[in-house]
Amino acid sequence: MFLKKYIQDIWGAVKSLATGMKRTGYYFTHHKEIITQQYPDNRDTLVLPERFKGEVVMIHDENNEHACTGCTACELACPNATIKIITKFDVDAETGKKKKAIDTFVYHLELCTMCNLCVEACPTGAIKMAQTFEHSVFDRSQLTKTLNKPGSKIRAGVE
Amino acid sequence: MWSLSNIAANIDLWLNEQVGATWAVVLEMVIAGVAVIGLFATLGLVLVIMERKVSAWMQIRLGPNRVGPKGMFQSLADTLKLLVKEGMTPGGADKLLFNVAPFVAMIVAMLLLAPLAFAKDFQLWDLNIGVLYISAVSSISVISILMAGWASNNKYSLLGAMRSGAQIVSYELSAGLAVLAIVVLTGSLRISDIIQAQENGWWLFKGHIPAIIAFIIFIIAVTAETNRAPFDMAEAESELTAGFHTEYSGMKFALFFLAEYANVFIVCAIGATLFLGGWMPFHIGNWTAFNGVMDWIPSSIWFFGKTFALIFLIMWFRWTFPRLRIDQLLNLEWKYLLPISMFNLLLVTLIAIMGWHF
Repeated sequence: MFLKKYIQDIWGAVKSLATGMKRTGYYFTHHKEIITQQYPDNRDTLVLPERFKGEVVMIHDENNEHACTGCTACELACPNATIKIITKFDVDAETGKKKKAIDTFVYHLELCTMCNLCVEACPTGAIKMAQTFEHSVFDRSQLTKTLNKPGSKIRAGVE
Repeated sequence: MWSLSNIAANIDLWLNEQVGATWAVVLEMVIAGVAVIGLFATLGLVLVIMERKVSAWMQIRLGPNRVGPKGMFQSLADTLKLLVKEGMTPGGADKLLFNVAPFVAMIVAMLLLAPLAFAKDFQLWDLNIGVLYISAVSSISVISILMAGWASNNKYSLLGAMRSGAQIVSYELSAGLAVLAIVVLTGSLRISDIIQAQENGWWLFKGHIPAIIAFIIFIIAVTAETNRAPFDMAEAESELTAGFHTEYSGMKFALFFLAEYANVFIVCAIGATLFLGGWMPFHIGNWTAFNGVMDWIPSSIWFFGKTFALIFLIMWFRWTFPRLRIDQLLNLEWKYLLPISMFNLLLVTLIAIMGWHF
């Protein structure tokens, strides 16, 4: 019984090692699988994976309208206070009712870890992760960004 | 026809005519020494770039590709950098041992080249106990590692050296037993006899399954003896920074680096000699035409081809398998490799006595 287990151990080890060597041998002979991007050389034709997370941006459509209701769910979801949302109250011209709306969406890129939690927390899909990654600037203050474009307003129908 | 042994014979003849027998021997020793150093320098350059390219391709990377065509001069540039760097000796180190250790590592590698047959009739020293000499000298290499680790006055270095000691001493056993299998089949310790015995087929094929098992055990054991992954506990970058050569820099570090690659070449050359017939061409039974074509390829090409095939195998291991823990390493040796190789040696002896091999 002991001998059977001993031989089974060896057989299993040899088999699993051979599986690993088969995989690396496949990669060794198939150079088209190479995933290295020669970045500064291929800057114009660079293809990034779909899941790459560069920075948070707010989605604006052609009418300069976004879907952010100012609910601050992203601000609460952020683990390191990257997002600060300043809200205001819009007064409806017809009914005179006051409605909460976003004034400024402040985003501190220098604090962001690209964890994607804010995007997942957003109930209306107003923000997303962009693919840009060349973020170097000469002054840290330039990394504090306002995500909602000037003059933009919430899209009608988004609550 | 052009061959290494012809060149050597012509040089010998010419020197004997010019300076007389005594000085001819002295000059030949000098030439051999320079040739060995030249071989090591070339091997270092070639093997480093080979290792980096192989590892890159196995990990779906490109590898060095900036210096020279396809990055082929990368190792040359690295060597130049190491040459101009300062070789520091740490303050608390044992100065003598610290500075001598890299040279011991290098000398052991050089001594091991002596009995190797690089081509037909091209051998530095065909002594009658060649295999014994190899296993005896190769066990000195642990001393250089222990010296380096102890003299560095650094806990990482010492840990690396101690691990390396435990490892090399254990794996020497199964490497020796695997080599013994071939010695039993051949009935001689002389390298040239072992190669001659493989004229009608390499031992890997002639010795049935026991020879294949011995070959596998030999490859595993020498990988451990040369301190390469998956047995690179002596260096273990992620645990011990660089193990025994943490404190070394510049050319002294380069000597350790070079000795590692020289050792890889040497153990692969020994493996090729014992199991794959050294410089002996690949022959199949009575296929005269096929054998003629194989004979036409120079014997040095056969030797280096086989050796580099084995080196590639060892690199393949290195870039596929994860590092073992020290207890797993010793378990593998004492619970698996040693009993198997002992049993295997009995089988080989039975085959040799009964004459069952081809």
